[in-house]
Amino acid sequence: MAIETREFTLKTEPFMLNFGPVHPSTHGVYRMRTTLDGEVVLDIEPVFGYLHRGIEKLAEQRTFTGFIPLTDRLDYISSMSNNMAYCMAVEKLAGITVPERAEHIRVILAELQRIANHLIANGSFLNDCGAYFTPFLYMFREREKILDLFEMVSGQRLTYNFMRIGGVSQDFPEEFMPALRIFLNQMPRFIDEYDRLLKENEILLARSRGVGILTQKAAVNCSISGPVLRSTGYQWDLRRADPYSIYDRFEFDIPVGIQGDCYDRFRVRMEEMRQSLRIIEQAVKDLPQGAVRAEVPHLVRPPVGEAYSHIESPKGELGFYLVSDGSIAPYRCHVRPTSLINLTALREMVRGWKVADLILIFGSIDICLGEVDR
Amino acid sequence: MALVDLMEVNTRLYQQAVPPDWPGGFWWHWLFFAVVLIIFILIMVMAVIYIERRAMGRMQSRLGPNRTGPFGILQPVADAIKVLLKENIVPVNADKVVHWLAPVIAFVPALMIFAVVPFQNGALLADLNIGILYVVAISSVSTIGVFMAGWGSSNKYSLLGAMRNVAAVVSYEIPLVLAIVGIVLLTGSLSMNQIVLAQDIPFVLLQPLGFLLFFTAGCAEINRSPFDLMEADSELTAGFHTEYSGMKFAMFYLVEYAEAVAIAAIITTLFLSGWRGPALPPWLWFIIKVIIVFFLMVWTRTTLPRVRIDQLMSLAWKFLLPLAVINLVITAIEVLFLSALPWLIIIVNFAVAAVLVVMWSKLFFKLGWGRLEV
Repeated sequence: MAIETREFTLKTEPFMLNFGPVHPSTHGVYRMRTTLDGEVVLDIEPVFGYLHRGIEKLAEQRTFTGFIPLTDRLDYISSMSNNMAYCMAVEKLAGITVPERAEHIRVILAELQRIANHLIANGSFLNDCGAYFTPFLYMFREREKILDLFEMVSGQRLTYNFMRIGGVSQDFPEEFMPALRIFLNQMPRFIDEYDRLLKENEILLARSRGVGILTQKAAVNCSISGPVLRSTGYQWDLRRADPYSIYDRFEFDIPVGIQGDCYDRFRVRMEEMRQSLRIIEQAVKDLPQGAVRAEVPHLVRPPVGEAYSHIESPKGELGFYLVSDGSIAPYRCHVRPTSLINLTALREMVRGWKVADLILIFGSIDICLGEVDR
Repeated sequence: MALVDLMEVNTRLYQQAVPPDWPGGFWWHWLFFAVVLIIFILIMVMAVIYIERRAMGRMQSRLGPNRTGPFGILQPVADAIKVLLKENIVPVNADKVVHWLAPVIAFVPALMIFAVVPFQNGALLADLNIGILYVVAISSVSTIGVFMAGWGSSNKYSLLGAMRNVAAVVSYEIPLVLAIVGIVLLTGSLSMNQIVLAQDIPFVLLQPLGFLLFFTAGCAEINRSPFDLMEADSELTAGFHTEYSGMKFAMFYLVEYAEAVAIAAIITTLFLSGWRGPALPPWLWFIIKVIIVFFLMVWTRTTLPRVRIDQLMSLAWKFLLPLAVINLVITAIEVLFLSALPWLIIIVNFAVAAVLVVMWSKLFFKLGWGRLEV
């Protein structure tokens, strides 16, 4: 008797699912049209623009100085870095030299901003991973102290509008330095605490190691920058590669990852916080006295020309391209947005992974929608 | 403390196998316990919600609810009133009947489990001689309600969450039941009351591995973190109850915590010698133990990230199931040969549990970080 064999095939078909624009894990109003086969992500199609405010166009109707507050609104969780990048571009355009003390203040604040940004990035990454708000709130606890410091110098906690063309708006108040000293003493202990809690957490390792691998070649081809690029093992940091401000005077390491997975991105950010603390220590040590602002007229009229200036913002290379026609307003202002360009590799990274990994990989890139959509 | 002679206990239990008459007549007994149980569950749910939120707040270095009433103890009441007053929204494309019926079907089993949970000696609605079998059978019925919710609300997030839930429950039922069988071997009875009576030594000492397995599988069964995949807030917004609001949402919320209390009560009964304890009244001991077990669940929830769906499956089939089978075999041998020496059993079982967990977790990770090759 012949045994009848039948093939049982389950008929499945892919379906489309909208992630966002209103979704707890899109870090703003970002939308991914995903094609799923059950739990597996077949393809995603990013949809931008829900937060578009036309910031680049707005720059053309403002004076060079008047645009500084708007740069705060680009990547609103690291406003200081945006201020710094823009001011440096104008200074390059107008040929202004910044006093020593102002440079040091800028570096201290920018590195504090980097720590604050990485705290948020890692916290929300772990939140996406499903650790129910505990790491997030632990990291917010320390970010709060940085915000307190920023509030002392600028009076603001989110959009600082602190840096000026040719320097910074004002000197440190006298209570700032003791507070900064306390923070510098405490912070390494807290970073060690995060490491103890998270570095070898089995579930985190199982979830993030080997997930969402970005190859070095793909990262360079997509012109990815920042921790996402460094996690692939490519040692590229503008503070070293093209030293701006006074970064060539400081001693610090550039942490790199091994294979460019989510875990590496997490680790690179963790290490960068330590390096930022090192830079701040050195900058505080040789903080000179003197003016904090160069003599710059209220209405800056840079000569006709163009300038591009970039810095290593917490998320990667943040650049401002300015064209001047000799008037008080930029003729054209273009932002090289870190988040948007880092997002371009997302599609390659998530294909073939599960829905849970999609959220995790997306969170590990660390974007800010204010900067993606501008 | 007197050494327990297991064989003697077993024979005593076999002699008592016929349950006593209903005290005070069947209907009075039934009515009394039905009212007591429903009040107990509602109050317990409010208590555990409060405990969870406060404990989580403390663990996450924040305060938790502290505005309504002294120490915020009226917060669950305020939440309940808020939820009940909300508008009931049914999606246009929803399957109306299924959508309406789902919370009810999910809620009823959570209540019914308590029918066989003893609050003190003989104080339970029905001392079924198959009590624990009844619990296992009833507790998985909730899944149907959850799946109906996912299917009926015609939302892809809901459906994904419901599918995950079904997969998790089907897998975790097996180690759960195998962990219970170890207990049944020790007592020789399926009745919950007899199981408590047999625990002169709490079974958590005699069955440490069984306790671990039951706790893990129980957490997965009721979708507590780190297995809270079905309502993974960072991935699926709210999972199966995305489309629910008002009273129906409140029902699901109630189910979630009633099930948590139910699993805690079953763990208390099976492993922590139920209502038995010195000095305090038995029902108070019971409630204290339930809250301790629930606190363990809160602790894991605040500590661990979420696992992925395939890791959840492989944890059940590759880790929990083999350990449960080995535990069962070892327990059976011990009941045969070592039943006169409970202290020896305790030592042997703790050693076995430690060795097996360490060995198996190594092996588990050799199998590819818990990833299934599909």
